Amino acid sequence: MTLPIAPKPALRRFHQASWDEPVIFELSTPGERGVLVTPIEPGVRDAVGDVVSDLPAGLRRDVPPALPEMGQQRVLKHYLRLSQENLGADLNVDIGQGTCTMKYSPKINDQLIGVPQLTAMHPLQDPADAQGVLEITWNLERMLAEISGMDEVSLHTQGGSAAIWANVAMIRAYHEANGEGEQRREVITTIFSHPSNAAAAKAAGYDVITIFPDAEGYPDLAALKAALSPRTAAIMVTNPEDTGIYNPAIREWVDAAHRVGALASYDQANANGILGITRARDAGFDVCHFNLHKTFSTPHACGGPGAGANAVSAALAPFLPGPRVVREVDASGEVRFDVREAGPQSIGAVAPFHGVVPNIVRAYSWIMALGAEGLLAAAEIAVLNNNYLLKKVTDIPGASAPYAEGRRRIEQVRYSWQELFEETGISSEEIGVRLSDFGMHYWTSHHPYVVPQPFTLEPTESYSMAEIDEYVAALAEVAREARETPEVVRTAPHNQTVHHTHHDDLDDPERWAITWRAYRRKYFGESPARRAAQRLESTAATASESAA
Amino acid sequence: MTDTFVHPYIPNTAPATKQAMLDAVGAASIDEFYADVPADLRLGRALDLPAPLVAEQDLAGHVRGLLGKNRSTVERLSFLGHGTYHHYVPAVVDEVINRSEFLTAYAGEPYEDHGRFQALFQYQSLMAELLAMDVVNVPTYDGYQATATGLSMAGRMTGRRRVLVASDVLPAKLSKVTDFVRVHLDLEFVPTVNGTADASAVAARLDDDVAAVWVETPSVTGALETRLRELADAAHAAGAVLVVGTDPIGYGVLTPPAEQGADIVCGDIQSLGLHQWFGGAHGGFIAVNDDPKFIMEMPSRLFGLATTDVPGEVGFGDVAYDRTSFAHREEGKEWVGTAAALWGIAAGVYLALMGPQGMRELGELLLARTRYAQQRLAAIPGVALGDGALHLREFTVDLAGAGLTAHGVVESLRRQGIEPGVVVGEHRLLVCVTEMTGQAAIDRLAAAIGALAEASTLNTTQEDRA
Repeated sequence: MTLPIAPKPALRRFHQASWDEPVIFELSTPGERGVLVTPIEPGVRDAVGDVVSDLPAGLRRDVPPALPEMGQQRVLKHYLRLSQENLGADLNVDIGQGTCTMKYSPKINDQLIGVPQLTAMHPLQDPADAQGVLEITWNLERMLAEISGMDEVSLHTQGGSAAIWANVAMIRAYHEANGEGEQRREVITTIFSHPSNAAAAKAAGYDVITIFPDAEGYPDLAALKAALSPRTAAIMVTNPEDTGIYNPAIREWVDAAHRVGALASYDQANANGILGITRARDAGFDVCHFNLHKTFSTPHACGGPGAGANAVSAALAPFLPGPRVVREVDASGEVRFDVREAGPQSIGAVAPFHGVVPNIVRAYSWIMALGAEGLLAAAEIAVLNNNYLLKKVTDIPGASAPYAEGRRRIEQVRYSWQELFEETGISSEEIGVRLSDFGMHYWTSHHPYVVPQPFTLEPTESYSMAEIDEYVAALAEVAREARETPEVVRTAPHNQTVHHTHHDDLDDPERWAITWRAYRRKYFGESPARRAAQRLESTAATASESAA
Repeated sequence: MTDTFVHPYIPNTAPATKQAMLDAVGAASIDEFYADVPADLRLGRALDLPAPLVAEQDLAGHVRGLLGKNRSTVERLSFLGHGTYHHYVPAVVDEVINRSEFLTAYAGEPYEDHGRFQALFQYQSLMAELLAMDVVNVPTYDGYQATATGLSMAGRMTGRRRVLVASDVLPAKLSKVTDFVRVHLDLEFVPTVNGTADASAVAARLDDDVAAVWVETPSVTGALETRLRELADAAHAAGAVLVVGTDPIGYGVLTPPAEQGADIVCGDIQSLGLHQWFGGAHGGFIAVNDDPKFIMEMPSRLFGLATTDVPGEVGFGDVAYDRTSFAHREEGKEWVGTAAALWGIAAGVYLALMGPQGMRELGELLLARTRYAQQRLAAIPGVALGDGALHLREFTVDLAGAGLTAHGVVESLRRQGIEPGVVVGEHRLLVCVTEMTGQAAIDRLAAAIGALAEASTLNTTQEDRA
């Protein structure tokens, strides 16, 4: 064959990297070193003697940890090979993890944070030496106050669920301060709000009441009203919900909660489609939170660190976590940022120091790159992309979007393959596995599966029309396969790092292997002490060989 | 958004694309999609935000300018600890966790995010070796949360409420733990000795209503617990769980708590290959034995080994997923969500690079430098060590005899470019040494405090004469 090169086929011929790397312990070679520690100075050694021998016997480790012994490049190579065996947002059309807002994390922001002026800052340094990071933190708080309409913001929490915990902890403290802590024992949420609202409320000691959608698919206001009582501490809801449906009666929900003396807490994990459109405060909420790793672009980092932002009305501000960053202007007009301990009503520290600082700087930079018009554009294009995707997906035979039929959605949709499942017996999970063969990630839903055979897609503002089309084409192809060549789907993955994985051992305490150490003990009868001793012996043998 | 607004992060702002997509869905404008948002909830104005810096070059200049106002521990000589520690981060750690594939991965399944699962399984496994325990979680938020959860697990397992706090705890950590557990547990503070446990006082308070004995080692002042076995035996005799909060940095030379009877070992991984990040890089570990009674109380994800259709292929999956709030909302154990996975991968790379020998050498170095710094500071007339306990990395000095306040010393030394430590009392300073503060640095600190002490004594003498 000669040039020209033939046109590409309609679907990408993807194959994931598959390095077949062993578990790292199998790469150990006695005597190798990955990095050396700076030596103890002779002057120090002379002054202190042998500190290890001096340890009380019970405190001196007899058997060294059986960590692998590896040269530096082998460690690097091992982990770089593992890195290639992932479908990160920088590589795939990452619209398959709906509710998680897998938007583009700008590379410039990663570069900006990687300087000693941030990485080598200690949180208890003189605030005069930390003016830059304090100013960024304070500015981001103010920006998020404007975006939410709330009065005060804290950036301390490390993820969305941690922020939900801070919300419920503040709610609890507020009612206790008003002498109603004992009386208000219930939190109301909706089934299409993130499960952590229910779970964090339970962890804080509340009974949880869950509201299901009404006949039209909207959160059921009548059911809410029936559930509200003087026992209610708060409603804790997401809006738009994980179905992408915006609750048009949200103001009525909040008002109804307030009428019984409850607070209204807004999980803004799904805020990406409403930035600059509508705000928590405008609907009357008392407290809300954002996920900086969703709406404000910080990377998802294999599952964290993310970052949470808790925003509250003035009435809740005394309960915010501490310490707080403050801005002071002296008589000459000079601005200075400082750190102040939290007041007496604060829920205290929810995390070390000031939160996930690298992500605070990334989120600040993202907002500064976009401004008000850019934030609105992000929201509007995210919603345009979503409704475009909705049209394309529901055009695939066998796919549907249950609830609020025919209505527009905000920034995501929880779809259903129920019709395809009934026709072919192929489940949504199986479709997801096969879709990965095209280099694309796909997620079903949180549990329980209220939508049958669910899948949840959220295109955000970051993906081009061509990319969305590519994703839909792959989905349509898998649906076609489900009808015409179901075995291809059932035996997937075919183009992935590893093949079909057997999960039977993962739920059996006799068989599960949560660490290498447990695996070697359970399946090979090795005691950790023996493994370490063997390693020591072979190290000694290697040393004597090289000496010889 | 105006029709002419096009942004590099938002490809479909390109006007022709936007129109084509609207046409495809039969919408006249984007506003149609917001039909469910009531008019009276619409903001109806532009957000009041600073003017954007849409050119990347301008953004970079702006943020670099702000960060340029900081003076870091590279420019200042720092003896600060108290929860965040200045350890050396090998270049390979940063290289790995800055890879796009790790940085932007999230919730892929084991066959498509195999690398993430393996890296985190290995983190669990490497920590397990360091801690001599069979089970370690995918990291939770930080050491505060890990300890709060560890104690809550003990409460759920025993059905009891009392927790005996046997050591001096970092105040912010105690604040978090207290608020987290207070619905389910009652914290009871047993008087401490040198910041560590008074074993007989703990034993005297143990009863069949105690859920856990909570020991911190090192304590908030860096004191190591030397009677852990005794505490474990006493706790177990009463049917209580021994929860040990710790920093894993010393376990290359120190006996891991599990080998002295600890049931739940928890803490923070920031010391293992993470920069200080102004206190913004923490991750929490919880370690237990391979006992379903403990494991089924853990909220975090646990990745386990699995076979695949291909012999020799290493597969992974979630162990006992049914424990989690992902599976059962409020019926799960606490909750699970985005936490600190990438920091866990960093800690795993760090331990793989260090190996047993590196962790041993580092542990010895920390013990040696701690003792050296104690000797040098205690040699200053009027300056005394806060206690006689064995310390790792941190210790307090009492400056009262030298007529100095801790605040005064901090103020004076900051003017010399030194952060001498954290003020933990009027005359008490918490000093932290690591591999980043060598003999010369410690000598400089001692000389600077020595000079202040001398000047103070001189002043006092002159005042006396006057």
